[in-house]
Amino acid sequence: MPFIPHTEKDTSEMLQAIGVDSIADLFDEIPPELMIEHLPHVPPAVSEMEISRLMRRRARMDGSPMCFIGAGAYEHHIPTAVWDIATRGEFYSAYTPYQAEASQGTLQTIYEYQTMITELTGLDVSNASLYDGASALAEASLMSVRANRRVKSGRILLAPGVNPVYEQVALAIAGAQGLTFERLDQDAASGNVDFGKLPEGREPVAVVVQQPSFVGTLDDVDRLTDWAHEQGAFLISIVNPTALAVLRPPGQWGEAGADIAIGEGQPLGVPMSSGGPYFGFMTCKQKHVRQMPGRIVGRTSDLEDNPGFALTLQAREQHIRRSKATSNICTNQGLMVTAATIYMSLLGLDGLVGVANASHLNTTMLAYGLCGIEGVDRLYDGPFFHEVALGLDRPVAPLLTALADRDILGGFDLTSTVGRNALLVCATETKTEADIEAYVSAFADVMAADSA
Amino acid sequence: MSDLPGDLLYTNDHEWLRREEDGSVSIGITDHAQSALGDLVYVELPEAGSDVDEAGEMAVVESVKAASDVYAPISGSIVAVNEELADDPEKINSDPYGDGWIVRVQPSDAIDESAMMSPGDYQTFLDELDD
Repeated sequence: MPFIPHTEKDTSEMLQAIGVDSIADLFDEIPPELMIEHLPHVPPAVSEMEISRLMRRRARMDGSPMCFIGAGAYEHHIPTAVWDIATRGEFYSAYTPYQAEASQGTLQTIYEYQTMITELTGLDVSNASLYDGASALAEASLMSVRANRRVKSGRILLAPGVNPVYEQVALAIAGAQGLTFERLDQDAASGNVDFGKLPEGREPVAVVVQQPSFVGTLDDVDRLTDWAHEQGAFLISIVNPTALAVLRPPGQWGEAGADIAIGEGQPLGVPMSSGGPYFGFMTCKQKHVRQMPGRIVGRTSDLEDNPGFALTLQAREQHIRRSKATSNICTNQGLMVTAATIYMSLLGLDGLVGVANASHLNTTMLAYGLCGIEGVDRLYDGPFFHEVALGLDRPVAPLLTALADRDILGGFDLTSTVGRNALLVCATETKTEADIEAYVSAFADVMAADSA
Repeated sequence: MSDLPGDLLYTNDHEWLRREEDGSVSIGITDHAQSALGDLVYVELPEAGSDVDEAGEMAVVESVKAASDVYAPISGSIVAVNEELADDPEKINSDPYGDGWIVRVQPSDAIDESAMMSPGDYQTFLDELDD
């Protein structure tokens, strides 16, 4: 039985009421060449038992390799309590809490989440989350165009360290609305912005910097923030929430602070899960709040002066403003946010600082070990957080394949990103000294075998 | 029934226009419009110096239950916006024809009064809406 419980009679009555003959007529506006009649690559439906067997078999093929890949998604220890609590029925089944009188628990959870994210980023207000870090860049770009009305160019300038996949997603979402994305020049030695080649008079509506950068470096965000503001642009920061435990928050960058902070929330208690579901976070200065997309939970008081929580500033949203809403394609990732809130609560600030410091230490040890191997060197000078780019004297892909045969996921192949043989490695707090030694020794072996 | 000032022109989008002595035109929303919207919490104003086209979006008025566009009834350039609405949007509720003015526009062409309504015509228009 199909999920939609309409009878044929219901359907024909509804069609008659709105004056069309068939359901297909409702889609008349879509050009026929865009309609797909059938999906030849999707196999026929199978039973639950069959699909479970298939998925278990596929999952076994993954094995349980040691992972040294970061590049946007990070393996962190997730306390068992996080998902034990997050999957309780009260949280697991709850969706958008429009009905405040029946949703105080969900609303308070989101409110606590917003509070923690604003503390981490040092900005005034947070929304209830977005799909992921990449789409958050698209939303932040569109938000800048709405809020920074003096600038009409629609031009967004990206620091060299912005994740190239984020740029592709932002262009896919915002490009059709006239936004353009251009890269600032890179300083070859540091991998960061070349401050000697900053373009004057380009009238950017926003400047985007990622800290730590996609290639693991730390940019001079104070200087770039001040430059962006001198150009009349907003400063959008893409930040890693774990790194924010030890790095200065975007709200304190430069003279005036970043205008908008976004990022990928996955490191906060969400498993890597082959790429999703994750969640994006977004915070901004108070004065831009009406242009912020997505839901916002506020604290209020009821008629008897008891504290309570409710969705606020809803007139910006699509169920009220329809096509004029701040966004029509964003949602809050309620379940992921619940897990992140529990994760941050369990760790506390001290715990998060511990994770950040251990990740930094492990990556430092890993970089030191790998750079001791002939043909391996740091790609950029300067400090890094929990990810570091290495230049190699030979193609990277065969080495990664050889490491995978030894049950090691050796890192992200940067070759196509930076235009030379390069590897991005990451060792979070989940790695022991023995793990790191094992990786360095395996790397030396596959390099030697490759030379032989 | 609300009192309609006699010196104003009205539109069927529930906006009013007042000719000022310097040739500019003040624009706001009518008492009927503010009453239908309810308590206003925010007004998004255009920038002084920008141009508006007739029927183009000019401002947004937001109440606790809805956000509505205010359309420009005439083409021209915006010579002033009511900055006090930023902190005090409820001025539109309390004094829609006075302190609750939204913008002043310098018209680019002669105003086509045949497209507007007199107070009497607007009252008839409102009465028909009620039916």
